Amino acid sequence: MLSQQAIEKIDYELTKYPADQRIAAVMSALRIVQTERGWLSKESITDVSQYLRIPEIAALEVAGFYNMYDLSPVGQYKITVCTNISCMLRDSDEIVDHLKAKLGVGFNEVTADGKFCLKEGECMGACGGAPLMTVNNHTMHEFLTTEKVDAILEELK
Amino acid sequence: MTTTISAQIPTPANSYEAGKPVMTDLNGQTLLCLRTLAEENPASLETYIKLGGYSALKRIVSEKTKATDIITQVKTSGLRGRGGAGFPTGLKWSFMPRYFDGVKYLVCNSDEGEPGTFKDRDIIRYNPHQLIEGMAIAAYTLGARVGYNYIHGEIWQDYEIFEAALHEAKAAGYLGENLFGTNFCFDLYAVHGYGAYICGEETALIESIEGKKGQPRFKPPFPASYGVFGKPTNVNNTESYASIPWIMQHGGEAFAALGVPNSGGTKLFSVSGHVGKPGNYEVKMGTPFTELLEMAGGVWKGRKLKAVIPGGPSTPVMPASAIMGATMDYEGLSKARSSLGAGSMIVMDETTCMVKALHRLSYFFYEESCGQCTPCREGTGWVYRVITRIVNGKGKMEDLDLLTDVSNNISGRTICALGEAAATPVLSFIKHFRPEFEYYIQHGKSMVESQIDAVVDGKAEPK
Repeated sequence: MLSQQAIEKIDYELTKYPADQRIAAVMSALRIVQTERGWLSKESITDVSQYLRIPEIAALEVAGFYNMYDLSPVGQYKITVCTNISCMLRDSDEIVDHLKAKLGVGFNEVTADGKFCLKEGECMGACGGAPLMTVNNHTMHEFLTTEKVDAILEELK
Repeated sequence: MTTTISAQIPTPANSYEAGKPVMTDLNGQTLLCLRTLAEENPASLETYIKLGGYSALKRIVSEKTKATDIITQVKTSGLRGRGGAGFPTGLKWSFMPRYFDGVKYLVCNSDEGEPGTFKDRDIIRYNPHQLIEGMAIAAYTLGARVGYNYIHGEIWQDYEIFEAALHEAKAAGYLGENLFGTNFCFDLYAVHGYGAYICGEETALIESIEGKKGQPRFKPPFPASYGVFGKPTNVNNTESYASIPWIMQHGGEAFAALGVPNSGGTKLFSVSGHVGKPGNYEVKMGTPFTELLEMAGGVWKGRKLKAVIPGGPSTPVMPASAIMGATMDYEGLSKARSSLGAGSMIVMDETTCMVKALHRLSYFFYEESCGQCTPCREGTGWVYRVITRIVNGKGKMEDLDLLTDVSNNISGRTICALGEAAATPVLSFIKHFRPEFEYYIQHGKSMVESQIDAVVDGKAEPK
């Protein structure tokens, strides 16, 4: 069952498309539900597809194609570090190593307390602020240093 | 070139005077697409209107300017698609069917995911209303009833800025029904990607708007005849649309005169990597590379320039010697055997290992291949595995020919341009830096890093 808040948000997205194209809102609907629940379980995919009146496979296919949807739990905070060329040139490796040591996890692993998950990201289109990372997809932190990473982690604890 | 670099505090000349081009000098930049940048609240409607914003739209719609006249101005301006392909915008607009019984669509491609590209982000977050006005003028010209701006999912905070700007513009009567008391109606919406480089390809982007996997369509039919929901659709890049209000305010000739022949206007250059001040720099087309590099703070840490990827990884890498004499415009870079692309300059200093740089890029293309075409899906993985082998010290000399061969067999054998994009870095890196690859294969380690280690150990003099 979708929450009332999620339904309201999805309804807003639906106003952007012709009435007979409810499927177009699937990108937003999955994003809205993932933001609320942390990740997209099978039940979440079902809920979205039922609400949009589309086949489940259509929603699952989209969720599986785009990198920012998570089909398995990612802890309370998913940290995605870009390691693509512009970030790499400004030593994103140091940021990754620092995060791995600090959190005690590798890429795609969740900390034992379920708090953090570390992901390797592809280019986020913000290379001027390299090195950078996002927290739970929607908050970007740029011009990272190990000290700055520590401060961000401290705030999330 | 009249552009001067000044290290002084910017002195913005930003009051709008009728008939006089509004340009703000910000450290030697020529700000058109980012003309609000020197203001306190650059993204606000108030700021944009203060600088003459929405006046072109209001005039065109109220005076019922003929669509053909607008297209003529855009053609005269020499504006070429800023997303990377450089196709003349006016010509593209003339492909849209004039008469169509149904809704026509307008799409803005703000899905920047090509490494080193981040210019559209600054238009969205610092000057969203100019983009909205540009899209509204395009919608009026092409008869599009509905528009979508498809924004890269990772820049979520900027997506929200754009959504807010849309509501602001609608409330102020610049979007919606019967604008300026005429029968012109235009609804514009923000939609988002969620992590797929391929959606920067226009037909993949259209698929994504429709709520599907972003896999490119065969062309033809082109979007102008079969686009969003199967309807005629015009797709342009963010910077292209954002250039339109200025062109319509000051005329196509004034825009063309800012640049050089075949490259009209200004261009936003995203400068990243080993420079002192990475960021976006909007300069006149034809600006020498050396000036742009200086604006971006020069090569950092006092080091020497080694190479530049001038327009994103899908454009050939250029050794320092090739780019130092180049000018930043379509012909300037093509003469120097590369390409302007989206103006995404990735700067690499002398400590960069080109084998490792290519290794990372090859992983990117492997990871982001949509999987639709076999040569790309299999070829990008193959290339990545071979370069990984080299980086792990297990490379063979014949691997270099293998990499070239596989890349040549991806290129030109795919539905979309990602095939060429994936092949270009491999071919150009090996072409220009072959000795580094050979050294890595022979010694099982990086030539550049070995030299640095030697300097650190005191066994060799610094270069």
